[in-house]
This record gives sequence, C-alpha cells and structure tokens, in this order.
Amino acid sequence: MSDSSLQNLPKGWKSVPNDLGSDQTAFKGVQWGKAMMWIFLLSDTFIFSCFLISYMKGRASTVVDWPNTSEVFSLDFMGVPVPLLLIAIMTFVLITSSGTMALAVKYGYEKNRKMCGWLILATAIGGLTFVGMQAYEWSKLIHEGVRPWSNPFGAAQFGSYFFMITGFHGTHVSIGVIFLFIFARKVFRGDFDKGKRGFFTTMKSDYVSIEILGLYWHFVDLVWVFIFAFFYLW
Amino acid sequence: MSDEYEHKLEAKSDYVGDASSVSTPDIDAVPAAELPDQELYHSHSWWTTYVFSQDAKYIGIQYALTAVGTGLLGLVLSWLMRIQLAFPGLGWLDPASYYQFVTMHGMIMVVYLLTALFLGGFGNLLIPLMCGARDMAFPYVNMLSYWAFVVAVLVLLASFFVPGGPTGAGWTLYPPQAITAGTPGSDMGIILMLISLILFVAGFTMGGLNYIITVLQLRARGMTLMRLPLTIWGIFTATVLAMFAFPALLVGCLMMTLDSLLGTSFFMPAMVSLGETLTHEGGSPILFQHLFWFFGHPEVYIVALPAFGIVSDLLSVHSRKTIFGYRMMVWAIVGIGALSFFVWAHHMYVSGMNPWFGFFFATTTLIIAVPTAVKVYNWILTLWRGNIQLSLPMLFSLGFIVTFLNGGLTGLFLGNVTVDVPLSDTYFVVAHFHMVMGIAPLLVIFGAIYHWYPLITGRMMNETLGKIHFWITFIGSYAIYFPMHYQGFVGVPRRYFEIYDSPYIDTSTLLLNKFITIAVLIVGAAQLLFLYNLIVSARLGRKSEKNPWKANSLEWQTPQMPPEHGNWGKELPKVYRWPYDFSVPGAKEDYIPQNQPPSEIIGAKVEKT
Repeated sequence: MSDSSLQNLPKGWKSVPNDLGSDQTAFKGVQWGKAMMWIFLLSDTFIFSCFLISYMKGRASTVVDWPNTSEVFSLDFMGVPVPLLLIAIMTFVLITSSGTMALAVKYGYEKNRKMCGWLILATAIGGLTFVGMQAYEWSKLIHEGVRPWSNPFGAAQFGSYFFMITGFHGTHVSIGVIFLFIFARKVFRGDFDKGKRGFFTTMKSDYVSIEILGLYWHFVDLVWVFIFAFFYLW
Repeated sequence: MSDEYEHKLEAKSDYVGDASSVSTPDIDAVPAAELPDQELYHSHSWWTTYVFSQDAKYIGIQYALTAVGTGLLGLVLSWLMRIQLAFPGLGWLDPASYYQFVTMHGMIMVVYLLTALFLGGFGNLLIPLMCGARDMAFPYVNMLSYWAFVVAVLVLLASFFVPGGPTGAGWTLYPPQAITAGTPGSDMGIILMLISLILFVAGFTMGGLNYIITVLQLRARGMTLMRLPLTIWGIFTATVLAMFAFPALLVGCLMMTLDSLLGTSFFMPAMVSLGETLTHEGGSPILFQHLFWFFGHPEVYIVALPAFGIVSDLLSVHSRKTIFGYRMMVWAIVGIGALSFFVWAHHMYVSGMNPWFGFFFATTTLIIAVPTAVKVYNWILTLWRGNIQLSLPMLFSLGFIVTFLNGGLTGLFLGNVTVDVPLSDTYFVVAHFHMVMGIAPLLVIFGAIYHWYPLITGRMMNETLGKIHFWITFIGSYAIYFPMHYQGFVGVPRRYFEIYDSPYIDTSTLLLNKFITIAVLIVGAAQLLFLYNLIVSARLGRKSEKNPWKANSLEWQTPQMPPEHGNWGKELPKVYRWPYDFSVPGAKEDYIPQNQPPSEIIGAKVEKT
C-alpha cells in the first residue's frame, strides 16, 4: 500500500464522518441488539432528564415550602430517627447488583453456564430487594399521610414528583427483574449455548443478550444515583 | 507510530486509495462483507404474512394506509370547520364541536398522518431497499411498532365516542384549560388523547430503533454513509430527532394524565372554576409549554427533514442531474436537526418569558434559516440546466420548493419577537405553519407516492388524473392560505368558531372566508380523486417496466420488481458509487446505477464518491 493513498484520507474533522461512514457498519463489531440498546438508553436518558428537570422547576416554583427531606425520609432505628438510612441500604443493594451483573456478563462470555446463571439470579434478587424496600418506603410515606396530591409536610408537589419519578424508575427496575429471571432460566437451560430460537422473534439466542440486559441494568442503577442525589440529598 | 497501528491503518484504507495501488488491480473490488447474511423471518400463515407481517415493505404499506385513513378523517374535519367559519348562519357546528374538530384535525395531521407516513411508511419501505439490506434489523419489533400505532389510532378515535367527546383544548393541549371543566372533552377526551400519544411514542420508539440501526449497521458492501441517497439521510436524521424529542412529549402527557386522574398539581395553579376554588395549587402551566415545545419544534423537522431528503432525490432523478452540493445537503440536514433542539421557546413569545429568552430564541431561530437556505439554493441549482422532465413527481417537487420557500419566509417574520407579538394567535400563524409543514411536506408525499408507486404495485398511476390532482392541489392551497396571511395582518384571531359582526375586523375578511372555504372543498375533493387513482391504478394502471424513472438508487435494482421477501434474491448488492450519477460524460446511458461495476462503464467520467 503506497503512502499516497494514506495521504488521500481526509484530515481533521472531515475524517470523523469518513471513518464513521466508511463501510457497511458504523460501529465495527457491535452486535445490532447492543447498538439498539445504547440508542434506546440514550432516548430513555431524555425521559429521565425531562422528569428531573421538571422536578427542579416544580420545586423551585411552589408557593408552599418544600418538606424537609432529611426528616421525611428518615428511618427510626432503635428509637432514633436516622436520615438516609433506608435509602443508603437500597442504594447499596442496587449498586451491588450492578456488580453481580457485570460478573454474569463475564462468565457468560466464558461460557461458564453455572456461574453466569447464579449471578444473574443474584442480580435479580438484588433488584427484587430494592423494589421491596421501595414498596416499604412508599407504604411508610403513605401511612404518614403523603399522597400524590397532598402531604402534611409541605408543598403538594413533593408527593407528586416523588411517587411519579420513583414509580417510573421502580417500573424500570421491575421490568429488569422480570427479564433477569427469564434470562436466568434461559442460561440454566442452556439456550445460549445451543443457540435456541426465541419464542417470539424466532432468532437465535446468543450470550451477547446478557450483555445487552446488563447495559439496561447498569443504566437503571445510574439513573437511581441521580434520583437519589436530587430527592434525598437536595 | 507502532508497526501494528500502521498496519491497521493500511488495512482500513485499502479501498480508499485509487485502484491501481491495490496489489491486484481489480477495479470492481468492494470491501469484504463485515457480517454474515441476515437471517430472515419466513411467515407460514395468512395471519403472519398479511396481518402481523414482519417484512418491512409490508409494514411500510400498512403504516401508510393506516396513516392515510386517519388523515382522511382530518380532511373531513377541516371541511366541517371551514363550512362553519364561512357560513356561521347555517349553525353547522356548536362552539364545542368546533374546538374538538380543530384539536383533532391538528393532532391527526401532524402526528398520526405526517409523522407516521414519513417515518413509518416511507422509512420502512425505503430504508432496507435503499441501504441494500434484506429487511430491518429487528423485524419482530418492527411489527410490534406498527400494531402499537394501530392501537394508538384506535384509542384516539375512541375519544369521539366517549361522554363529552374528544378534547377541544387545541392541538397544543395546554393546561390548565385542557383538563378544566368548560373545555370540551376535559375528562374522558383528554385522557384518551394523552394515552393515545403515549402509545404512539412507545410504538414509534420501537420503529425508530429499527430505522437507526438499519441505516448504521446494515448497509450493503460499499454503501458508505456518504453514498446514501438523501432520502435516507432525511429519514434517519428525523428519526434521531424523534428519539430525543418524543421523551419530552411522553413526560408531559404522563404528568397531565396524573393531574387529571389523581388530582396532582404539576401544571395546575390555584384556580377558581365555575365559582368554586379547585383543590389544585402551586403547579406551573408554563412547564407544560416547555415540555410540549421541546417536542413540538423538533416535530416540525421530523416532518420536514424526510420531505427535504425525498424531494432532493426526486429533483435529481427527474432533472437527470447530479444533486448540487451533496455533502452540503447532508450537513444542512444534520445541522437543521441539531439546531431544532434550541429554538422551542419561539412558540412561547407571548407566554410571559423573560425578554432575554425571547432574544436568545429569536437568534437561534433565525440561524436555522442559513442551512435551510443552503438547501433551497441547492435544489434550484440542481434544476439549473438540467434535463427537466415534467413528470408528476417533478411537478410536485417544484410545487414544494415554491410552497416551502413561501412558508419559510413567513417564518422569518414570526421568528422575530417584535413582529411575532402582534401576529401571534392570528390567521397569519395558521397560514405560515400550514404552508411550511402542511402543504409543503404533503406535496412531497404526493410526489413520492407517484414516484415509488410502481415499486410497490408494478404499475404506474394515471398521469392525467395526477396532473389534475397536482394543479388543483397546488393552486388551491395558494387560494386557501394566501388570503389567510392577509386575514392575519388585519387581525383576525385564530380558533374563533365564529367571527361576529365586530367593528374591529374588516368586513373584507368575511368574504374571504367564504372564498377560502370553497377552495378547501375543491382541494379536498381533488384528494379523493387522488385516492381513486391510487386504488384503481393498482389493478388497472399501465404496467411499469423495471426502473421506470431510470433512477440509480438501489431500490430499483432488485432482481424482481416489486421486490420479493428478502429483497435481493441470492446475493446482496455491491455498491460502487453514490446514487446521483446522471448524464455522466462518456457514459452510454444517462444514468449509472449504484451497483453497476466500474468495469462496465469504462470511459465514463464519474464523480469519485
């Protein structure tokens, strides 16, 4: 290959579209499903951003004071109200489940069926624990009189935004948990080793699906970090 | 630079260099396939072939027919509204149904007709064919996308049959009035509208992921991004916009649903309604406007960009000339798309924003005029000294350029705060947006249907009927919307169901209203003529030869026309150039298809793409 052909390549900014569009695929070696999940997550990011920005706007412009969050979210531990206790445990559980998910992906690619399956199951149980604790938190708040339309601690919008955003996130986690259980079963049954065809899509299964599910799971965790910061630390 | 790195660079740039430098001087060389051939879903029953089809071509046609069917309803609603406006004495409509028809007409036309037809219809039909793929990346999800759209349409139509009827809040659905007693359909109608929109967004997201991944990852060998037809660039960029704009609509709809059903106060301030203080308190109606228009402005370009792309291809093919400034056209599409996210508040100049915001948004709005003007100049320069064929697609494309320029220029008026404030909420605005995002994209849709009809049915549409359709539609739209500009200037407000005998409104506008209405009825009838042509030509139209327009792009190069399941027979096409090599000096024919190997056209001075 002569040097002249290399010099013909566009330089600077022009090289970006040239490289990106140079051939059949823009993202080399990236499976379609994986690229799709990335773009879906980008779109989902916009949904959560809209939620959180609306929340900031709503909180900034209420006519009544916002409730004191460290009091509202505190948990009685041995008779002493400890702020952020429940939420710290929830966050810890969810972040840990991200770790087990990452390991599951690794063992999946190593074709270690057993380990992969158990780790997915562990992730699912972590997610389930999170949803369970969130249900506990919701029922505790509802018990104290917090409703989507009003609450005894301050601005009515507190309950509205809290239930809506944590509910939307909780739905994401729950959907993730359902898929984790389905995938755990698929792994244990050996679908990914045999390339069994999907029930609905009739396409062959592949271990890359676990990574795709992992992407979703990490995203849900990442979003939680933002919700945590905006609701509990502000 | 390490040896390994150098080696990689060389390997990658193998085909970029001139053919002589490759070790085997094969001028027909195309880079090797990066992926194994796509595995297709094969249907086995009538249901999976024609109803729950997973073939992108079928899904595209399903999308298009559903969208057109819904659009017909929008057309009838506009007739009813216009009759009421011109002849209020007839007592044709009561105020409530007038508002409901305005709302449904707007929402149906923008979302359920134009968006669904351009992206769902043309996107599904053309993306795999033009990229040289066998199907979309995820056929099953694609099928779900269509059926989610059908459910969304059904929910929308159901709102006509619930107590209180459909919502009459205007297509912008502004709270607090949208969900407050006194607005038609403020309980059931608005809820169904919001649910329908949420379903539409969910369905569209499934389709949109398909379009994006198919364009990025499933192109044929040799089909670089800069060899894609502009149609694909337009649809692709519009899809990207939709993926980032629809979330704002989804969130706004969800919050308003909660306001209405649960009694939350996201958008609801403290209010007195019908003499009673409502329980709502402390919400922000402006927040909804921001969410809505963060979706709403990109939505304009979700409709316009595919039209830009398609019309570029139609102009090039039917004037037998290379598109002028292909790269600039691509960058203009991408640039307009990016800018469209920074202009939304120009819809809110009269909402009481800080004047500095008005200043900012007026500036960004006017900047969009630059890439848009680039496109208009390029279209005209494409025609310049071209071998212009006055075929139906060309007529409609020419009509588009004029109409779009017209609507775009009034956009410059409305983009400036000081000019906008007096014109706000008058018929000038109605005329502007109907010209720029109603008539202009619709003309492209008609042109595109006449152009690609043989690809779908194997037959041509009737030329004479088509010409009648064109002239009535084109002149008729001017008869409708030109007088509206004047009405707006003299201050006729929009959304009034009757212009009473007011001393503030010139009587000439009342006469004009009658004129406009007659034009509307005639133009509407011409669309029925078009539909007749569309249906009858499928059976009785003149049989089309393969590639009837002598176009270069891949959709006309399939082994069978209309293309079969899997599009390409045994072997996928190989692409050697862009789709715009028309009237090349030294070539035997005046067109060189994208998949014609260079060895067959030796001597032709093709552009290096």
